[in-house]
Amino acid sequence: MGSQVKFIQGNEVCVEAALYAGLDFFAGYPITPSTEIAEHLAYRLPQAGGKFIQMEDEIASMCAIIGASLTGQKVLTATSGPGFSLMQEALGYAVMAEIPCVIVNVQRGGPSTGIPTHISQGDVNQARWGTHGDHAIIALTASNHQDVFAMTVEAFNMAETYRTPVVLLFDEVVGHMREKLILPQTNEIPLVKRLKTSVDGGVDYHPYLAREDGRLPMSDFGGVHRYNVTGLYHDMWGFPSDNPKIVHGLLRHLVDKIESNADTIARYKEHYLEDAKKVLISYGASARSALHVVNTLRQKGQKYGLLELQTLWPFPHQVIRDRCNGAEHIIVVEMNLGQICREVKNAVDHPDRVFLANRVDGVFINPSDIRQTLRLIQGRGV
Amino acid sequence: MERTRLVFSGSGGQGVITAAIILAEAAVLHEGLIAVQTQAYGAAARGGATRSEVIISDEQINYPKVTQPNILVCLTQESYNIFSGIIRPGGLLITDKRYVKVKQKVDAVQHEMPIYETVMEKIGKPIVLNICMLGTLLGLTGIVKPESIFKVLETRIPESFLEMNQNALKLGLQISQP
Repeated sequence: MGSQVKFIQGNEVCVEAALYAGLDFFAGYPITPSTEIAEHLAYRLPQAGGKFIQMEDEIASMCAIIGASLTGQKVLTATSGPGFSLMQEALGYAVMAEIPCVIVNVQRGGPSTGIPTHISQGDVNQARWGTHGDHAIIALTASNHQDVFAMTVEAFNMAETYRTPVVLLFDEVVGHMREKLILPQTNEIPLVKRLKTSVDGGVDYHPYLAREDGRLPMSDFGGVHRYNVTGLYHDMWGFPSDNPKIVHGLLRHLVDKIESNADTIARYKEHYLEDAKKVLISYGASARSALHVVNTLRQKGQKYGLLELQTLWPFPHQVIRDRCNGAEHIIVVEMNLGQICREVKNAVDHPDRVFLANRVDGVFINPSDIRQTLRLIQGRGV
Repeated sequence: MERTRLVFSGSGGQGVITAAIILAEAAVLHEGLIAVQTQAYGAAARGGATRSEVIISDEQINYPKVTQPNILVCLTQESYNIFSGIIRPGGLLITDKRYVKVKQKVDAVQHEMPIYETVMEKIGKPIVLNICMLGTLLGLTGIVKPESIFKVLETRIPESFLEMNQNALKLGLQISQP
């Protein structure tokens, strides 16, 4: 047993958390700035009795974790922008076939190979809409090591609870920064086990027949039941169907199982929101700079608050509406051209009160950048 | 304690990132302080002027980067030329006497320390330059206790290199004493 306090990189925290959550199988293709996840799992996962495979590319990586998940394993892959693009088709397959899996995207600047070693939060909408067709997805993020740990465990839990891919959207600063992590004790954070069918071997098992609560018990593929898995619309047997009723029913199920649980899935942190007149909304590394600004302004008696989002998708509209109700200004701090800002505008009663404080040049947004935007909003100039 | 912001700069391979990690880890694991360490990635990490950053405090650290260090260490002329201007007025500037010609007057307490010379004379291997630099820094500032660094060295340095690193730290502590 090593020490319970560690001083490590965010990517290593993700590894520790995945092992804590019971990771069995990792397939990936190393890419900056996510490489340390593969690097450390290559060493740690076999020690924990799991399997690590370096694949030929990200398409294969995503397909490998889907296959492994079907056999009952807890699975993970880790990548960054270009690799995440390659994973999109198979990610859609995992949505359609309802396969629990966790995909880490430690974001870098895009599009294309972009700016590999610098920070960005430009993949927020890609996590939502990167794969084609109507669908729902869960995407979580974090701004510090303790939360990277918690959200990684959450990702595995939600993947099992909702039988869905879950995207962890980290960024270069959170991934590479070193700070303290207090390793939670075993059993300190509850873990969700896979819901398995109680149907015995030799008895018909319907892989896509939902229980009354909407959940679909699984049977380890290659075990006692034979069944079909497909990316096509399918019936309760898992066989392709173009029956309009089945097609409509399945699409509604895929979306509703996540969207109708948006409040349950919403994770966020509130700082000084009780009496805040001006609300900053941020997430990931940006939230660290935003909190720095809010702390400083509070010391000067100015009523600023921060809402830090940890669940980005499904977008927590209700949380935003509640916390921004009556706010004079709402300032979204992020490192892209307003991907969450747009959602916030859609969520609030007065979209004209929503402003974007951003930076998209590969440089980590700093407190001065944010303060400058705040001055501009107040008409005080730079 | 007052929040201390440090930047270690030099050329890729001199170990300024390792030194920053060791210092920050010592502060967190052995002194119960809060520390955050970051570094420049990309081309700078493989030669050229590179920098690593540490913030040490007894309060939560949110913004993890250092824009204006209280303490700046420059181990090469190039890193000195690039970074000497960012030091916080009244801060502490440590340069390597052999490699850096201090050109301009900056508003800082300047120490030109014979780090490279001492390491080459007493140990003969430049690989421990960064640890000698840490010793010098500790001697000049007392930012963490030497014992805390010794503890980290024991866990991070392979046994066959441990003594050499311990000696380098001691040398750094010695040369920083008046």
